This record gives sequence, structure tokens and C-alpha cells, in this order.
Amino acid sequence: MQPPILSLHDVRVTFTTLDGDVEAVRGVSLDVHAGETVAIVGESGSGKSQLMMAVMGLLARNGRASGRADYRGVNLIGMPKSELNAIRGSKITMIFQEPMTSLDPLYTIGNQLIEPIMRHRHVTAAEARTRALDMLRLVSIPEPERRLASYPHELSGGQRQRVMIAMALANNPDILIADEPTTALDVTIQAEILDLMAGLQRELGMGMVFITHDLNIVRRIANRVVVMRYGEIVEQGDAKEIFANPHHPYTRELLASEPEGRKTPVPESAPEILAGDDVHVTFKIGGGFLAGPPMVLKAVDGVSVQLKQGQTIGIVGESGSGKSTLARALLRLLPSTGAVHFDGQDITTKSVKEMRPLRSEIQVVLQDPFGSLSPRLTAGQIVTEGLLVHEPSMSAAERDRRAIAAFREVGLDPTLRNRYPHEFSGGQRQRIAIARAIILKPKVVVLDEPTSALDRQVQKQIVELLRKLQRENNLSYLFISHDLAVVRAMSDHIMVMKDGKLVEQGTPDEVMGNPKEAYTKRLMAAAFAA
Amino acid sequence: MTEPTAILAAEKGRSLWADAWARLKANRAAAVSGLYLIIMALACIIGPFFTPHHYTTIYQDYNRVPPSLSAYPKTDQMDLAIRDAVKRARLDLVKWEEKDGKVVTTVSAAKPIDERVTRYLDRSDMLENTQVAVTGKSADGLSLTMTSDVEKKYFFFGTDNSGRDVLTRVLMAGRVSLSIGLLAGIVAVVIGVLYGATAGFAGGKTDEIMMRIVDILYALPFIFFVIMLVVFFGRNFILMFLAVGAVMWLDMARIVRGQALSIKRQEYVQAAEALGVTRWGILIRHIVPNLLGPVIIYMTLLVPQVIILESFLSYLGLGVQEPMSSWGVMISQGAKNMPSANWLIIIPAIFLTSTLFALNFIGDGLRDALDPKDR
Repeated sequence: MQPPILSLHDVRVTFTTLDGDVEAVRGVSLDVHAGETVAIVGESGSGKSQLMMAVMGLLARNGRASGRADYRGVNLIGMPKSELNAIRGSKITMIFQEPMTSLDPLYTIGNQLIEPIMRHRHVTAAEARTRALDMLRLVSIPEPERRLASYPHELSGGQRQRVMIAMALANNPDILIADEPTTALDVTIQAEILDLMAGLQRELGMGMVFITHDLNIVRRIANRVVVMRYGEIVEQGDAKEIFANPHHPYTRELLASEPEGRKTPVPESAPEILAGDDVHVTFKIGGGFLAGPPMVLKAVDGVSVQLKQGQTIGIVGESGSGKSTLARALLRLLPSTGAVHFDGQDITTKSVKEMRPLRSEIQVVLQDPFGSLSPRLTAGQIVTEGLLVHEPSMSAAERDRRAIAAFREVGLDPTLRNRYPHEFSGGQRQRIAIARAIILKPKVVVLDEPTSALDRQVQKQIVELLRKLQRENNLSYLFISHDLAVVRAMSDHIMVMKDGKLVEQGTPDEVMGNPKEAYTKRLMAAAFAA
Repeated sequence: MTEPTAILAAEKGRSLWADAWARLKANRAAAVSGLYLIIMALACIIGPFFTPHHYTTIYQDYNRVPPSLSAYPKTDQMDLAIRDAVKRARLDLVKWEEKDGKVVTTVSAAKPIDERVTRYLDRSDMLENTQVAVTGKSADGLSLTMTSDVEKKYFFFGTDNSGRDVLTRVLMAGRVSLSIGLLAGIVAVVIGVLYGATAGFAGGKTDEIMMRIVDILYALPFIFFVIMLVVFFGRNFILMFLAVGAVMWLDMARIVRGQALSIKRQEYVQAAEALGVTRWGILIRHIVPNLLGPVIIYMTLLVPQVIILESFLSYLGLGVQEPMSSWGVMISQGAKNMPSANWLIIIPAIFLTSTLFALNFIGDGLRDALDPKDR
């Protein structure tokens, strides 16, 4: 067997913080050979990204790395920047998670592709341009000539990620490091990118390091799997072997982290609690005094929803399909047309003031557990804010008691209620957001992608929590997600949306087991192909 | 869980402010600057009570004496002063000498000397308690020997053109400069934050109108604006705060509006809307606390700007008036005396620049401490 191209030996990464040193990676050793794909899997905070950042010399200022990372016999750790630059970006390249921010919005795709090629290969601009075009063709971008002159914002997320891959491959790297390259993408595009990467890897014969939190993604791409937890490797081995016969309990947990179970449908006779009839939401873009008539975007185009008591309606669709906008229209947070009824009342024309008393009964949990909690308030203040509005006469002591009860209900330790959001993990934050919604004892909770920013295992816990709360309080959920596995486990009715229109609806088994529309079929194929 | 929920104590969390504070303390330059500013402020506030001179007292015999750690008067000054005093009394100086810390002066005249001439010597800033010596008066009364105590005075930072103590004056001036900096800064911040946050949060037409008003005020020349205020309300110390604050809040409002616009789109504001929180509640509980970071940073940079503006106004004669002073005024006066009495510009300049330096270091430190990206 050939010697490995990249060989890590006892790599450690330490961050100096005000509270002392934090060891993010504690002695990791692994080899990457030519032509193989190594997947590094672990939940957030397991040190998987920091390990590769250390190899690339990209650690934050307060981080230090020790150990050896030998690339063809040269240790990269501790190498001066000038020497490192000859290797990184050319022989070892990297793709990042966020395709929106890893391209510079001020330069065209062409500029960003051609410059590194010229620098690393010492060729003329014309030659570099030819190479750039070849690369864009390689990653199957339509109309590559035109795309060279485009700016990043003119490309979709998937196309941007393709450009990133083209950039990474332009200098014939020996090793490509991909840090969660598909996490920010829709399922259908995720599948395309994975296929593309697997194909390119076979074709070019480079080594690939694929970092992800989702073990199920690597099934179709990795030769070898390394499972990391708390900065250490808990298990590594052949991919087939690990999937067939995981040894470590943590690996088994990761594998079994797909949410399970189904919801029992509510009886036909259950009373209707929230209904929207032929809801339209339009946004005007641009326009104005001199700009001419504005462009009209139909974000939601005639969708009707009937949510019964105790029911969960799952709304699925790609980003931009209008599912969140529909929810916000039903919550009366956006102006819309089409009648909306809540609990027998017509709330379509209610003013902000008239809506206020009803707000305690329709609550919302938003996607981003980092963005949805104000960083300057304590968890307790966040959870009880609704009580200030809806029960202003309540004493501070009574509010505190309610906060404790709500914390218990969502499975959080109430002694943590004076902590601030940044001191909690993602899953705990989402629990706080759920506590904020249920403390008001609502009838309907709109869950706008409540699990998509979370690791798989945490996702499973949140799904369990939501189910428990639904059982105990007879809640009705409107569950919005692009993650079909979670939706299938949670809902008893599914609506598929595309471009603001309802494509298909029915029970989970009808929609997922036997999709009728072409779009739904495509969606299902991408999501459950693994 | 069986314990009663009511008595459940919560453990303390560490807020972002506490976090930032810890990071600021760890920043050497900012910590030293903070300490320096505190010392400077204390010195300016209580210093003038402990300095040996009042800031308005004029010592005619001590015009423009250079800074010195040893006591005045020096011998040559004394000689000058005694000759001067004797001349005023229309007497002739025979001799004077310093003995055991006392000055013994012998004078003569053509007519008999009245003993009350001791007053002439007392009138000088350097001598006191002048008495006729025991055997001082000659039999014919034409010559007189007097003994006087020497008034020892310390001018650590020298004196100015009128003979006033520079140390006391620079501390008094510091009171004015620092309080204008702080108060005008606070005025600007309070108006700017409320105005900007309201405009940014309200959005739409309200925002348009509010920001156009800011644009109009921007277009007014500052000096013209201040002269107008002076014409209408007369020259007044309070007016300085108003004038400076009224101009400075414009920048603040723009910065805050931009911040408010981005905070408004944060999910926690949407979540609060969905909870039914009133607009005022959202503004006070969510928007303002979250934009205080950049506001504090801007304020530390605003204070030096205000201090400099005040100096400029005072230089034009629109600011504080004698005998009150500010660092800017002292520097402008010192500039006129640069070749002969350089301490008159060097000392206030050191006070002003070191304070501005310290403020800028703190501003830098705060920016690092409050920037979540550096985490």
C-alpha cells in the first residue's frame, strides 16, 4: 500500500479563553490516502472542523495546534505562513459550509476563479481563463462562459457551492477538505452536490476529507469513517463495516438518530382551530417615485390550510417555496388576503391591538436557536416575556414560579434560568424557545424549522419533546421543515409547497410513500435515497 | 423533583456585559487608560481644593514664573520686589539681606520715616509680617531697619501671564473640558439613540421623515448654528452643552438607525412580535439593549471630539470665559506665549492629549471586548 498523502499524528488544538484553556482536539491521529474519501463525523463541538482548520493553519487567533500533520513528509503544523501558502489553496484545498459567504460579493466568479489559478500555476490570464472554464464545465454549471462574468448573488446556493468546488479543484489538489459542504442546501441540491463530489473524486483520484454531523450523508460517499466526540476519535474504520457493525455505543446512537415513529391522526370530528382560506401574500420589490412600477412577487399564491385540534400539519418545500411566509400570514404578522379563522373568529381584519389578546393562543418557535433569543436577556426573562404582555398583573415571584414550571416542562434545569442564551447549547436554546411559546398555554404552535439548525441526536430529542408537549396539552402544530424525515415522524397531514403554491397534500404515507406529482417524487428521491 | 419550586434559587449567569468587562480588563492598554482617566477625573474634581492657590488669585510679582519644585521667591525676584516696594514708599534702599529665614531691610530717607511704611513691604506677594526691628529706628529717624517673614510659595507648573497658578488652573480647566465632554456626549447619545432607534424600528414613512430632518440639520454650518444660539440666548455655559450635543447626536442617530434596522430583522424581534409585545416594549427591551455595544464604542470616540470642539469654540470666544478656563482656552493662550513661556502650552497640551489618548485606547478596547466575532 502507498504511504498516506496526509498523515495526522497526535494533533491537539487548544483555545485560550478568559476562563482558561479549552482543549478542542485531544490527540487525533489519522491517515488520508490518495483516492479515498475519509468522512469525519461528529456532533457540533466535537472538534472535527477545528482539526482540519489546524491542518490548514486557519485557527482563530487564540488557538494553538500541536502534534504533526505530515503532507508528503512535510509537517504543516507550525509551518510559516509563506511556506504554507504554497501548499494550501493549491495542493490542499477546502470547501466551507456557507456558500453565501465564502464567495466575495464584490468580484465576479471569473475573477475569483482565475486569480488563484494564475498565482499557483504561474500561467497567463488567458490560460487561466481557459482552465476556469474547464473547471466550471467539470462541476456542470450551465453556460460557463456567461457565469464567469456573473457575481455571486446571481447564482443559486447550489451553483455557488459548485463554484466553490471548481475553485478548490482548479489547481489539481491532492487533498480536498469539505467542511459540511451540503448542510446549508436543500435536499434535492444536497443530493446533486454529493453525487458531483463523489464523481469528481473518482475521476481525479484525489484524497478527500469530508466533515459532517450527519452520518447518513456519508453513506454514499465515504470509504472510511472517523467518528469524533469531545475532541477524540471514538471509532474509525471502513465505511461499510461501520454502517453494518458499529462498535462504539456513540456510533450506534449517531446511526439511529433518524427520528422514528408516526403520529396517530386526529379523528375527522376534531374541531377546526386555525384555518386559512385561499391565502395570498405578495411582496413588492423595488418601484417608487421614479423607478416605475414595482416587481410583484407572489410568495404565497392561493393556499388553504385547515388545522384541527391536536393535529400536526407538516409543510415541506425547498427554501423560497413560501412555507414560512404562509405561516407568518396565518399568524397575522404579514399582510395577506384570504380569510383566516382562529377558533371560530375571523382574524383577517383584526388590528395589531385587537390581535394582542389572541397572541397568547397562537405561538411560534423559530428556526435559528441562536438568533431567536435576545442575547442581552436571561433565559428566565426570555421565557416570561409573554407573561408580561398577557398577564401584566402577575407578581414577579409568580412569574418566576411559572418560569420554573416551564423549564421543567421542556426538560431544562430551572437553576439555569439566570443564564444568558450564549451560555446554552443549540438544543438547550431551542428548548428555551419552546418554553417561551408554551408558558402562555397556547392552542396552536407554529414551528418554523425548529430542528434544522440542530445536530441529528438533538433533533431527535426536540422531536420527542414536541410530541410529549402535544400529548399533554392537546396542542395543534403547524410544522414547517425542509427535513422530510422529521416531518414524516411528526405530522399526520403533509402539505408540499413549491413557488408559493400547494403541490400536493395528504397523509405522510400517501405523500411520501406514493407521491403523485413529479416534484414530490423528486423531493422524496433526494431525501430518502441513501 | 419534590422540593417546592418557589424556593429554588437560580445560579448566576454571566451576561455579555460581564463577558465584555472581563475582556476589557484583560486588555492592558484599556485597563491602564481607564485607571488614568479615573485618576485624572478625581484630580480635576478634588485637586483644586488642595492646591495652595485659588484659580482666580493673581500674584503680580510672579508673572510667568517657570515651573519649579522648589519654593518661590528666588533671591533675584526678592531683590526686584524689595526695590520696587521701597521705591513706591519714596525711600532709599540701603541694603537687604536674608537671615534665619527672615528678610532684614534697611532704608533711609531725607525726612524722618513714618513707621507705617512697613505696609509697602507687606503689599508685595513675597513678604509679610513686616515689623520695625527692635533697635531698628535710628535716633534721627532718617534710617529704618525692618524684618519681614518670607512668604514661601510653590508653583509646580509655573504661573501664567497674569500671575495665576497654572496647576490649579489646569485642573479647573479639566473640570470644564471633562464635564463638557461627558455631558455633551451623554446628551448626544441619549437623543441619538432614542431618535435613531425610533426611526430604524418604525421604518417606512416615519423613518424617511425623521432621517430627512437629520439631513437638514447636517446641512446647517456648525459655527453659524452656535453663533445663532449665542445671539438668541446670550453667552452661557449650559449653551455649550446644548450646542455641541445638538450637533453630535446626528452621527449617533445615523449609526443607531442602521443598527436598529438590522436588529429589527433578527428572529428574537419577530418572536417578540408573535408574543404580542407592544412596539414600545420591543424598542426598550430588545432593540436598545442590543445596540448599546456600538453606542458605547462611539461614545468613547465622541467625547474627545467634543472636547476638541469645545476648545475650538472657546478659541473663537464663543465658549467659556475668564476667569474660568478649559484646556482648549489654556492651549490657545499658551500658543501666544510659546517662545518665552513654553510651559503655558506644554502643560495643558499634555493634559488634553493624554486624556484623549486614554479615551481612544478605551474605545479600541471596548470595540474588541464587545465584538462577538472575536470570541
